[in-house]
Amino acid sequence: MVDLSVRIKDLTFKNPVLTASGTCGFGEEIADFMDLSKLGGIVMKGTTLKPREGNDYPRMAETPSGMLNAVGLQNKGVDNFIQNIYPNIKDIDSQFIVNVNGSTIEEYVELTEKINELDKIPAIELNISCPNVKEGGMAFGVSCPSAEAVVRAVRKVYSKPMIVKLSPNVTNIAEIAKAVEGQGADAVSLVNTFLGMAVDANTRKPVLSTITGGLSGPAIKPIALRMVWQVYQAVKVPVVGMGGIMNATDAIEFMLAGASAVQVGTAIFIDPTIPVQIVSGIQSYMETHGIQSASELTGSLQI
Amino acid sequence: MKKTVQELLLVDNIQLNHDNFKLVLQAPTKLPQIFPGQFVNVEIKKATEIFLRRPFSVLDVNYENNTFSLLVKILGRGSKVLTTYQSGDKISVIFPLGSSFTLPDKNDRVLLVGGGSGVAPMLFLAKICGLKPENVHVILGARSQQDHIDISAYKAFGNYYFTTEDGSLGEKGFVTHHPVFSQELSSFDKVYTCGPDLMMKAVAKEAADKNIFCEVSLENMMACGFGVCLCCVEKTKEGNKCVCTEGPVFNINKLTW
Repeated sequence: MVDLSVRIKDLTFKNPVLTASGTCGFGEEIADFMDLSKLGGIVMKGTTLKPREGNDYPRMAETPSGMLNAVGLQNKGVDNFIQNIYPNIKDIDSQFIVNVNGSTIEEYVELTEKINELDKIPAIELNISCPNVKEGGMAFGVSCPSAEAVVRAVRKVYSKPMIVKLSPNVTNIAEIAKAVEGQGADAVSLVNTFLGMAVDANTRKPVLSTITGGLSGPAIKPIALRMVWQVYQAVKVPVVGMGGIMNATDAIEFMLAGASAVQVGTAIFIDPTIPVQIVSGIQSYMETHGIQSASELTGSLQI
Repeated sequence: MKKTVQELLLVDNIQLNHDNFKLVLQAPTKLPQIFPGQFVNVEIKKATEIFLRRPFSVLDVNYENNTFSLLVKILGRGSKVLTTYQSGDKISVIFPLGSSFTLPDKNDRVLLVGGGSGVAPMLFLAKICGLKPENVHVILGARSQQDHIDISAYKAFGNYYFTTEDGSLGEKGFVTHHPVFSQELSSFDKVYTCGPDLMMKAVAKEAADKNIFCEVSLENMMACGFGVCLCCVEKTKEGNKCVCTEGPVFNINKLTW
């Protein structure tokens, strides 16, 4: 019997497969398709202090082996989460992680303080990398000083595991990872989407209402994999890898490159059962290759 | 109603006109109840260059055979490749998705207005709405006679009227130009419509002016179809709503049209 569990700080995930924020709602939306307790964790839809309507339609463009989105953090706000969603998920046997967003450092802090009160939320993912909002979001994640400032402020009010989600839209992602590690991040997750654009030649207009959006899907996988590898070598904290994972082999590649756990995102849009298929795929791979513990995979790339 | 991802068997693929096909899919197990307006999200694996599934509304259901049919109109690469699938092929489908039209009360007189692939839920609704055929009136619009499909299988469930932009079949003009619409609209208790945006907006405006109950079924672009990507939103009086879960059917009073 292989051991699929992995750890981030003192938090144990029953397996290394999490669903990525913005692709699985709050878990309930995909519960028809799977037993949520089979997942290592669920990183819920990006949450803000106040409700957000998000960007105008159209918010999506299909691209070669991927898609652009420009949702813009549409959500009903943290109070709605606490009152209407948390009671339904708190007893499900998986790790439900809140993806924390803000336009200002004060908003990140205030939101985190509210989440800190929730016993059954074992960790947050601090999102400093959303490319689709005008204020905050990615702006914090593209320079070391601003990334440090957010992490430092949130760290003061939150002692449970804090995963910081990094933007790939930077010159050197390893530098940002080191900066947030230096301020007390317990793990980094990467990558968020790449800033991209789609144009309709017939109408001569941009496809997205926001002109630019975030690119995800297999199109970004090789770049995401490279970034996970670079960050793994630069920091001591665990790396959560994501970017175009469609199957167990993709997930294993990320772990070999240095990821302690992975997140499955865009693949869910095509088949919401993929995350649980990946769990069993990793298990079979470990059995075939005589690997006892999933954590042995992390960074075991043969060079 | 529980949504599932299933490999369905294509049992029939019938060409209806130059760009419309009826695909009949069979589930290995008992089908859940599926209502007019609901849709399914289809993986078109043979179209390797497309990434996402494509949504199609349901045309008909046969619970005895565990089959349902889709009206597939060729609009782009995905739908084109889907129409080349043959009986015996397996197709991954997520279903049933979305909301359905509000079924009429038993003494209602209803008007159904369809165009393009929006004809499918209108025919399905005419068939199962449970009204006497004399109370079901269906206007179907298309560019030309060759764009209309044969609706003889649905003839028994209502009265059908056609419009074409070139006058080659039925009334010349748009659906709103048909006398049943332009002169008798006030005689209907409920109006249902599905089709191109401009058509639905024209129908909805007239119905709203006359204060008649009216539901429309929207076709916003979507990635997932089950409420997680938040890409298909429609602006409503209560904010942005996902067309895939809170629609596709909306009462026009909720929209900002």
